[in-house]
Order: sequence, then C-alpha cells, then structure tokens
Amino acid sequence: MDYFLELFLGGLTRGSIYALIALGYTMVYGIIELINFAHGEIYMIGAFTALIVISVLTMMGMNTIAILVIAGFIAVIYSCAYGYTVEKIAYKPLRRAPRLSALISAIGMSLFLQNYVLLAQTSDFLPFPNLIPDFTFMEPYAHIISSAEVVILITTTIVMILLTVLIKFTKMGKAMRATSQDKDMARLVGIDVDRVISVTFVLGSATAAIGGVLIASHVGMINFYIGFIAGIKAFVAAVLGGIGSIPGAVLGSFVLGWTESFATGYVSSDYEDVFAFVFLVLILIFRPAGILGRTEKHTV
Amino acid sequence: MLKVKDIHTFYGNIEALKGVSLDISEGEIITLIGANGAGKSTTLMSICGITPPRMGEITFMDQPITNMKPDKIVSLGICQVPEGRRIFPYLSVTENLDMGAFLRKDMNHIKTDMEYVFDLFPILEQRRHQPGGTLSGGEQQMLAISRALMARPRLLLLDEPSLGLAPLIVRQIFEIVKKINTENDTTIFLVEQNANLALQVAHRGYVMENGQIVITDAADRLLSNEDIRKAYLGM
Repeated sequence: MDYFLELFLGGLTRGSIYALIALGYTMVYGIIELINFAHGEIYMIGAFTALIVISVLTMMGMNTIAILVIAGFIAVIYSCAYGYTVEKIAYKPLRRAPRLSALISAIGMSLFLQNYVLLAQTSDFLPFPNLIPDFTFMEPYAHIISSAEVVILITTTIVMILLTVLIKFTKMGKAMRATSQDKDMARLVGIDVDRVISVTFVLGSATAAIGGVLIASHVGMINFYIGFIAGIKAFVAAVLGGIGSIPGAVLGSFVLGWTESFATGYVSSDYEDVFAFVFLVLILIFRPAGILGRTEKHTV
Repeated sequence: MLKVKDIHTFYGNIEALKGVSLDISEGEIITLIGANGAGKSTTLMSICGITPPRMGEITFMDQPITNMKPDKIVSLGICQVPEGRRIFPYLSVTENLDMGAFLRKDMNHIKTDMEYVFDLFPILEQRRHQPGGTLSGGEQQMLAISRALMARPRLLLLDEPSLGLAPLIVRQIFEIVKKINTENDTTIFLVEQNANLALQVAHRGYVMENGQIVITDAADRLLSNEDIRKAYLGM
C-alpha cells in the first residue's frame, strides 16, 4: 500500500509540474489557436536563469530558502520577458497569415532558443543544487513523499488557485475568456486584443518558469534540451485534457503523471513513455477533443 | 456626427465597398438597406476599424478615425451590435454585460446601467447567471443590444437586429431601439434587410447595391418610392 501511495504521490508531483507548463500551451491555444512550440524553451530559460542567480547568491552566502525564492522570482521575470518578446517577434507579424506559417515560426523559435542557450552556456548537463531542505516534520513520511515533492505540490496548488481567480473574476481574466470565444467581438467591445494576447504569453511563461525552477531543483541537473522533452510531455498533457481548456490541462497533466509513475513503478522505467503515449492514443480515439475538450467550435 | 467619405474596403483582392459615402447627424435614426452581399455589414465593420478601408476617410465628431484601432474607436463612443449577435457563449449574461462596459472606469454607474438594461429587458435579469450561449435567439439579440448600451454609446450601429426572430420579438426590439434614440439621445445607424420595418422607424435611409450607395432620401419618401417598393419591399 505504501508503495502504491508513493507512486500515486510521485505521479501527482510529476503531473503538477506538467500542469505548470501545460497551462501555457493551453492558454495560448485558447486565445490564438497556435501551438507555441517555443514554450518548452521558456521553461528551460527559467531553469537556467535560476541556476545563474543561485550560483551568484550562494557565493554571497545567503540562506537556501531565500535563494530559492529570489531565484524563482528572477526566473519568472526573465521568462516573462522572453515569452513576451517571442510573441512580438515570431507570432504577432503572422497574425493574419495562414496558421501553418505561425506554427513553423514557433518551431523555428524553439530551435533558435535551444541553440542560443547551447552557445551561451554549454551542451553538458549542469548540476542544479537542491535547495529544498528536508523538513524534520516530514521524516515519518519520507518513504512515501519527499519534502521537495511537498513543496512542489503546495507551490503548484497556490499558482493554480491564483490563476483560476485571475481568469474567473478579474477584468483581464474575463477579457481573456471573451477574446478566446470571439476575437472580433472582443475588439468591438473595446478590448485591446493584442494586449490580451501579450498578457496570456506572460502568464504562461511565468507558470512555466516556476515549473522549471521546481523540477530543476528536484531532478538536480539541467541542460539546453530539457525544455524540448518537458515541452512535448506537457503538450501531450494539454491535448489529453482537451487543448484550450484550463481545467483540462491540469487534469491531463495528472493523468499523464500517474500513468508514467505507475508504469515506471509496476512495469519498468523503460516503458514510461510508451504507456504515456498509448494512453494518449486511447483517449483520443474515444474522446478526440480530449477529456474536457469542447467538441464544437467556439465562435459562431 | 459621423462622416464617411468615399471609402473603399477590400477582402484580399475583392473590392467589397466601392466608394461609400454617408453622413449621420446627432440624434438621428439612419437606416441602410440593401440585398444580401451589398456591403452593408462591411460598411459597419469599416466604421468600427475591424476591416479598415484602403482608401477614403471616416471622421467622428470631426476626428479622423479611418485607421484607428477598434478599441480606440469604441472609446470615442461608437458601438456595434454585429450581425448574428455574437454573444460570448461561455460567459454568463452579467459577464457579457461587464464586457460591454470594458472601457469604463465608473463602477457605480455601471451598476445603475445594468439595472437600466434589466429594466428594458426583464428576461435578461432572470437569466443573469446563465451562459450567453444557452439563451434563445431573441434573448441573445436583447443581450447584444444591452451589451452595446453598457458602453454608453453616442452612436449605436445595429446590424440586422431582426434576423431570424419572431415578428413579435422584432416589434419589441424596434420599440426599444426607438426608445433608446429618444430617451438617451443615442444616434442610431440601423442596417436591415427588413426594409419596410427599418424605414418605418428611421428618419432617413440609404440604399446600397454592389458596394455602392444608389439612393438616399427621407425614410417616408423611400417608403413611397416605386422602385424601392418593387426592389426591397416586395410590393
């Protein structure tokens, strides 16, 4: 039973990280129907920014929790700036072009950012310090769930609650939903659609950066390629849950996290991806729009 | 108030508007009638900046708005109720109304305005928490007009408000349109295929054919014009 619980919680942690990234995919898709392939790179840049900040602050001899918080904060700001700029450079000029052009531009941006970090940093894996201490009160449960996992789960929960409140109740959140449902009508009521799109990219980048810092600290190493792998997984999670739907992205991420966790625990870690993708195919056969996806078109 | 001077609007290479000129004065109800595909909706979308004209000039209260962004045009007081109503289907009735007031900052007046539109259309108050997409066609049209009113427009553009609605509801909506015009001093530009009805409420009318204005006259004179009666009123 303990083993099952361990796998369950491991899957939940994994899923919550996927969710932080998948939110960006799904929000951007909801607004401009574009798969932002450069999104995984934003997450990777978040992790790298945090690593640089951590190295500097550690030399200054700061306390680890403070370092983690400051590094996370700066990573979020950096990633948001990248997300904002990527949209302005690679997608905005193509807003009226055929959708395929924007998609190719997204792939190009992804490759560019990977290679830019490869050149600026290194192709090797860099060690990322584990900054989350082992809490003493967690000791009796340490065989089921680690302190780091608890921190990840709590952070993710807070981020998701904040995001839900923002989208459900604030003016900007309502404008985002209105824009995703009918862009021209949103313009006709006076919403600056370009601004809404920018805000969407910034929000998605912020959650991705938080995910990047958490997972890097949990796994313990990063390189320029982590964004691609995590990006694909999170993309799968978003499609699984129904791309465009925010609760769908979160649910899809948990489903994917559990599938991988149980496949690794009960079968073999070699088959983790196989199970994940078999599950994706099965769900898409029976529910082509994803678990919570809407089958009909948004606009009239 | 609104002056449209010789505008040409294109969809790709297709010229949808071939030199349209209009002149609307404050407090009027003006109607634009014409067959399907004549360019009536395009005219409205050009005024609102959704499909800006390639040539020509549009001014509102002596201010050029030809290439202004749509949200800036709305902030000047031009609001459109587009064809097909275009309610945000997954936003509730109140959220749809909130979106109508998107550019306004005066929170307490927004509240009284919401009560005002609920007064005009009591059915909307009963449905306030329902998603817009679940309303009937008539209710959606009421919501679309209410959403536009929430912006306190000086000029209200209505595109085919009678489309697909039962005659009784159409009557009711046209009554309200007249009421909005007289009570709030809102200028109204009404695009309609139902020319008979439109000419009855309007002061003046424009007739459009193939992207051009062919006739303009006082509404009652258009109603009695032989050619118009044959072509648009089916008499």
